Amino acid sequence: MKIFCIAEPIILALALVVAVVRGIPGPVFAPLRVLAIAYADLFRGVPTILVILMLGLGMPALGVSWIPTSLTFWGVVSLVLVYTAYVSEVYRAGLESVHPSQEAAARSLGLTRLQGLRYVIVPQAVRRVVPPLLNDFIGLQKDTALVSVIGAVEALQQASIDAAATFNFTSYLAAAVLFVAITVPLTRLTDWLLARERTRRQAAAVAV
Amino acid sequence: MTSALEIEGLHKSFGATEVLKGVTLSVAEHEAVCLIGASGSGKSTLLRCINLLEPIDAGRIVVAGRDLTAPGVDVNDVRKEIGIVFQAFNLFPHMTVLANVTLGPRKALGVPRAQAEAEAVELLARFGLAARRDEYPDRLSGGQQQRVAIIRALAMKPRLLLLDEVTSALDPELVGEVLELVRELAEGGMTMVVATHEMGFARELATRVYFLDAGRILEHGPPEQIFSSPKEPRTQQFLARIVAAGRL
Repeated sequence: MKIFCIAEPIILALALVVAVVRGIPGPVFAPLRVLAIAYADLFRGVPTILVILMLGLGMPALGVSWIPTSLTFWGVVSLVLVYTAYVSEVYRAGLESVHPSQEAAARSLGLTRLQGLRYVIVPQAVRRVVPPLLNDFIGLQKDTALVSVIGAVEALQQASIDAAATFNFTSYLAAAVLFVAITVPLTRLTDWLLARERTRRQAAAVAV
Repeated sequence: MTSALEIEGLHKSFGATEVLKGVTLSVAEHEAVCLIGASGSGKSTLLRCINLLEPIDAGRIVVAGRDLTAPGVDVNDVRKEIGIVFQAFNLFPHMTVLANVTLGPRKALGVPRAQAEAEAVELLARFGLAARRDEYPDRLSGGQQQRVAIIRALAMKPRLLLLDEVTSALDPELVGEVLELVRELAEGGMTMVVATHEMGFARELATRVYFLDAGRILEHGPPEQIFSSPKEPRTQQFLARIVAAGRL
């Protein structure tokens, strides 16, 4: 429950930033957009348990003095990374559901893009995505249980392997790569379908 | 008369479709210019270009001596001086009438809340909407919503007001109250460019009328001339169809 309470507010804030960054138009912001897309794809593609295992066991195992070794800390980090990716997609759907005429109205009053987002677009978007956000809350709450797995696995591994120093995470990594290889093309396909649909709708609107 | 708006050789394309093919137009201070023409002739696009909501491909737009198309122009600054009212109102549904009207002055102009609200209440009262200040847009009739949208634009104290078919989305019985408001503004000397399908209204309101056809200004002049003795065959055809439909 503690993990949930720490992670959730961070997720809600970060995910909004990722979603907004993904929506910034203009070639100047292309690198930021690509970064946001890559991040969301990657962490939606990898099973949460793998992220928790990699960070929770891997980070402390690096043995670098300034890296925290607390399981709770890495549990929170893992959940934030994974759920921010999911929640950013929920926000994105919400942002895109607000009709462009709302932004036009905001900008026509001389509001900057950021002011338009803050006062007009985001408040409407968030209202619309409350149900799916709740859905992800529930998921997060369940997945906090996964963090406790680290302790058990650690014990298991220590029993079978001589020293913690010889831990080999290659198999986790390989599994993660496989998952990503499947989910990323699927995500791209979905995006392409959505974009095509949007273009059609715009064409229809212009033709009226 | 000083010139409030000068447009020269304005071109605008959406992809391969050229919507505006070299539009030249001028509006003097305190003039109410009406744009008429069939749907798709480019009226809305022209208005959106003036407000810089659409980037233009070529041409010049000068408002009160200031070239909006020059490099380095702050679009937000420009828009503070040019109000636009949309066909579909585009009120902010999550805000009350008062919040809709005060958002621009407060956030774009930096007017303190109390002052912005006092001015908004005054405007709402002037146009008979004082009792609606705390309602949300969904609770208002279409005519009331569009009047609020016009008041929202007026609250910015624009030097130029663009009206984009402001009655086209309204039920017939609600058109009158909106036109009445626009008429009052024109009488008050507000400089306006009005795209409209209401020919009777254009005839009565306009100081001059521009007929737009397929992205070009085909003809312009005083309303008596355009409506009674149009020179261009296309204008004659267009008006004949409007008359046949009983709209003039």
